Amino acid sequence: MGTKYNFAFFDEGSKREIRRATLKAVAIPGYQVPFASREMPIGRGWGTGGLQLTLSLIGEKEILKVIDQGSDESVNAVNIKKLIVSTTGVQTTIDTRKATLIQSRHRIPEIPLNKEQILVLQVPIPEPLRVVEASEHKTKRLHSESDYSGAWLMLFEQIMKYDSVTHGADYPVIVKDRYVMSPSPIPRFDNPKLNNSEALILLGAGREKKIYAVPPYTKVISMAFEDYPFRVESFSGQKCHLCGAQGVYLDEIIDEKTGEAYYQCNDTSNCLMRLNGGK
Amino acid sequence: MGYVAVKGGSEAIAESIQRLKYERIKNGTVLDTRDIESGMRGLIDTVMSESSLYDRQVASVAIKQAEGSIEEAVFLMRAYRSTLPRKYYSNVIDTKNMFVERRISASFKDIPGGQILGTTYDYTHRLIDFDLSKENPTEVEKWLDSYRKTSELEEPADIDLCNLPRVTDMLRKEEIIAQAIEDNTPPIDVTKKNMEFPTKRSERLQVLTRGQTGAVIALGYASLRGFGDLHPTVGELRVGYVDICIANPMGDDEFYIGNIQITEVESYISSPDKNNADGNKLNLTIGYGVCYGQNESKAIAMSILDTDLETQEKKFPTQDEEFVLYHIDSVEATGFISHLKLPHYVTFKSKLDSIRRTREAREK
Repeated sequence: MGTKYNFAFFDEGSKREIRRATLKAVAIPGYQVPFASREMPIGRGWGTGGLQLTLSLIGEKEILKVIDQGSDESVNAVNIKKLIVSTTGVQTTIDTRKATLIQSRHRIPEIPLNKEQILVLQVPIPEPLRVVEASEHKTKRLHSESDYSGAWLMLFEQIMKYDSVTHGADYPVIVKDRYVMSPSPIPRFDNPKLNNSEALILLGAGREKKIYAVPPYTKVISMAFEDYPFRVESFSGQKCHLCGAQGVYLDEIIDEKTGEAYYQCNDTSNCLMRLNGGK
Repeated sequence: MGYVAVKGGSEAIAESIQRLKYERIKNGTVLDTRDIESGMRGLIDTVMSESSLYDRQVASVAIKQAEGSIEEAVFLMRAYRSTLPRKYYSNVIDTKNMFVERRISASFKDIPGGQILGTTYDYTHRLIDFDLSKENPTEVEKWLDSYRKTSELEEPADIDLCNLPRVTDMLRKEEIIAQAIEDNTPPIDVTKKNMEFPTKRSERLQVLTRGQTGAVIALGYASLRGFGDLHPTVGELRVGYVDICIANPMGDDEFYIGNIQITEVESYISSPDKNNADGNKLNLTIGYGVCYGQNESKAIAMSILDTDLETQEKKFPTQDEEFVLYHIDSVEATGFISHLKLPHYVTFKSKLDSIRRTREAREK
């Protein structure tokens, strides 16, 4: 019963179908395009949306980078990379600058991406309005009517209650003055990187069966009020204990012996590059 | 930093996979997939049904690989299913021609063709048979021989098991069940097209039949117990084989490609007669359940949920199609629940930041 798989796991028809949905997503920035999401050999909820995008796009000459929560060596990133490489044989890298295709969970790399690159983000819950409306039937209508009062009210209520917007990661954005979009659970710190990005950013939700996109040079604004502007996570002057970087997203690590917190670059490849004398 | 260290992920995974293999075979016993195929009928039926892939051999391998975990075996089967080209849809199967192995009705004592108890656990005493731990092939062989001899003698000659009249047909003649027009519009394939709400019945039935057994039963039970407003009667429950044919693209005939075992249930629920203007007459509607293999509780629960989802007035979660259809898929539910094991430290840091900020704001 030995079975061989096609290049990039899928049959060509499946890939084409996913690419068609992707093209539609690029044509309507921020709009969630339904697609016939396949069951994948990795957990549904572990990046199958991103994986399907990657496999549908990947060519033999691609240079692939996969990161999970900023790290190339995180177990899930390794696992996804392993599956892609075993079905395609493409070259991989941890160097963000060398990659042509980057699949990521919950981070946008620190180094600005360029127009030759595609960033694929894995999305658990694509619907930004899900927190205010449980029904897909209704949220679809809210989007089509640009009725985002629920989303605004959610932010407003947080301010009334806590005197600040308490949304953590996955902070909703407005794409090209039209669709409110969930940027996937990237930290707020990464939201500004979506705006006017040179690289094409694709977002895939496998379990929820949606694909959406931020095409290059698209205006992406984080939802906020004039008197309560959007704020990224604060690291109050901390820097990476390894490379000394500031102004990057830092992981908070508790020292096992002293119990004190210290900080380290979340983007491990950027940290390595700096340590190795890159800029 | 544990398992998210800058280096080490690959080694950790490789070791973990070795460990998994070790756990499966550490006693030095090789589990023969043919043993699974012949002795784990219930497990195979459940796995095939939840995977929506009918293949006992592949299911046996999946069960072996998954060490008997249904969730994992279904996952393997579904991922395998994704890679299979789907070239044909079968012709419409009329279950009237099912080769019936078991057929019961809870609605009538005497039904044309009779009640056929067939294979069922229903009337066994659930006492562990400790003798099974030392069952040996010679005994089994002997028992089989004598069983086969006697059962051949008892084969009823006068009943056509491939053409048993339906209980529903009796009630249709009395017009207690509304005449339904046969609707053979091709179903929407939910694995090829995303569900859109409100859904078509074909979409609902597909999602229900491939639903996780426990989830389908739990929701059906909730509806029956009070979070739903119906108490159905099992009009007919059948287990048997149906033939699958595909159309000949070159002609009008069809090709027989094999048969599959299914469980089929028609439940009766009384409801106001739609054709009666006064609304003071009732008639029966049918809830339909069907699934691969012998999965009776699941098929009955499915028939309850089918009726619930047909209800226009939504009073209970079991009548809300998004609530039911989005949450009963094994691969989706277990996938999302298990993803919580992935590191979430970037998002958690972001959450902490928001919490700290509200505290600072209070202190000011």
